[in-house]
Amino acid sequence: MQQVDHLTTTPEAPPRGSSGAFVWVRKNLFGSIFSSILTLVICGLIIWFVPSLVEWALIKAVWPGAGADACRAASGEGACWAVIGDKWRLIIFGRYPFDEHWRPTLAMLVLMGTVLVSCDRRFWSARLIVVWILGMLVFLWLMGGGFGLTSVPTGLWGGLPLTMMLAFFGMVVAFPLAILLALGRRSSLPLIKVVSVVYIELIRGVPLISLLFMGSFLLPLFMPAGTTIDAVLRAQIAIILFQAAYLAETIRGGLQALPKGQSEAADALALGYWKTQLLIVLPQALKISIPPIVGSLISLFKDTSLVAIVSLSDLLLSMRQAMGDPVWRPFFVEAFLFIMLIYWAFCFSMSKYSQYLERTLETGHRRR
Amino acid sequence: MAAVAFHKKDSTPAPSATPMVTLEGVNKWYGQFHVLRDVNLTVKRGERFVICGPSGSGKSTMIRCINRLEEHQKGRITVDGTPLTEDVRNIEAVRREVGMVFQQFNLFPHLTVLQNCTLAPIWVRKMPKKEAEEMAMTYLKRVRIPEQANKFPGQLSGGQQQRVAIARALCMRPKVMLFDEPTSALDPEMVKEVLDVMVELAREGMTMMCVTHEMGFARQVADSVIFMDRGEIVEQAPPAEFFKNPKSERTRAFLGQVLAH
Repeated sequence: MQQVDHLTTTPEAPPRGSSGAFVWVRKNLFGSIFSSILTLVICGLIIWFVPSLVEWALIKAVWPGAGADACRAASGEGACWAVIGDKWRLIIFGRYPFDEHWRPTLAMLVLMGTVLVSCDRRFWSARLIVVWILGMLVFLWLMGGGFGLTSVPTGLWGGLPLTMMLAFFGMVVAFPLAILLALGRRSSLPLIKVVSVVYIELIRGVPLISLLFMGSFLLPLFMPAGTTIDAVLRAQIAIILFQAAYLAETIRGGLQALPKGQSEAADALALGYWKTQLLIVLPQALKISIPPIVGSLISLFKDTSLVAIVSLSDLLLSMRQAMGDPVWRPFFVEAFLFIMLIYWAFCFSMSKYSQYLERTLETGHRRR
Repeated sequence: MAAVAFHKKDSTPAPSATPMVTLEGVNKWYGQFHVLRDVNLTVKRGERFVICGPSGSGKSTMIRCINRLEEHQKGRITVDGTPLTEDVRNIEAVRREVGMVFQQFNLFPHLTVLQNCTLAPIWVRKMPKKEAEEMAMTYLKRVRIPEQANKFPGQLSGGQQQRVAIARALCMRPKVMLFDEPTSALDPEMVKEVLDVMVELAREGMTMMCVTHEMGFARQVADSVIFMDRGEIVEQAPPAEFFKNPKSERTRAFLGQVLAH
């Protein structure tokens, strides 16, 4: 197929020496004197630090299967990964009955499955609410027992399942609450507006740790004598209330980014307040605020470690309890690294997902 | 600006006598600023009004009061017998019967053209989805863009978007159509395609109130042209008289500016 060429010049290859690895290095690493010095200093640090790290973490490390004696022999020279091999179940599941560990494993898989389904934009519909309710119920049933499973009191829940539960349940339950608060803050009804503003500002003004503390020690004082609320439930409620206030502000940002014409057009079509919010405003506003929403989930996931203050064995505390064993106590650094890796894997995936969403939704939103 | 072909006005259906929209002594303030001053107006069924005037004269505010996008503070507005009061049921009843086309189109960017059109019939009129889609397609054909039904608004040109906005309003089968400067945000070459659709709509006997500076359109279809300035109706007359013998000095000055080029 021949095309008529309207150009008066023929396209040329770029001049030599404007691409390639050597050019890249010169431009980006030795672009100026300052940049060259920085490059050399950092290279020096890497050369000095990395080999000893590799030696400690890999070459001279004591691998799982070896005993504490082998670790003690290599102490100061090589990492003791054997401690993870010996203690990982205690770290991950806390004090949950050993023979029932398959239940929190399955529960975590169910929760992860629900989270993964929610990540896929094709499933973003009202049905997702049903999926979450079912997912959370199955999780609680597997963890707590009943209906054919032996009962495990929440006092024995701990480790990663507890951390995941506090974070993801907290997020999911806080979400509708946050939407109501965000709408309430923009409401034209003074009472609703005042209640929303006071709630949001009050909760945002105090640290999560104080909410957890209040929930555990102050709340029971106001309850009728004899009634008790489960400690895990109290922490979960505190996290939900906390997260709702933060999310509400994030969502309000999205609401404010919408042009006024959108709700006016909906008003002119007689859609009414709730239909306007549900069909026009929220779908667009939430799309805009997804990256910061995922960002606050990342914060929340790490903030759950604060429940240790009210003696709940989340991943961090269950690790420290596992390290109470005098035989393995000296090797707590390795155990710390292990749970850091778990936290990092979760948060990094969420961060990557957020970036992916930002990319795909960017084009989606520009269509106007 | 846009040269709209002139047709004989005799072919249009005659307005009937029942008032569709009445404004009696309507006043409105933005803070201390008096935007609408004692506006009195009666639009009969099938009548087509064109409202013009300098910017800030209150013309958009006036038609936005008719479907309560703006609230008037004094006076009475009645649409098809329903008085506009604080009562939300009255407001929604009026909005169901009043279609509106905005300067900035205000299509819903997250919905397709077809979904934009079927949304209100399905959720407000409780029409079955299939029926709503069929109706939407007939209106999209009338505004001459049925082939764009499954695209998103952002993929259309300004003129096409405004025609979708007209179709979306028509899908509620309104008794009155309000146009708030429908061609002001359009590139010059797209003005005609939108005006053509509006002319056609006027011919079919739709009651219309258009805020516009398209004087060709006013001459061609209007039963009455209204000139507003500083919040009041300065002059109201049939187009022939309005353009030939404007009574007020302010109208003459305005027309001199608008028709100069």
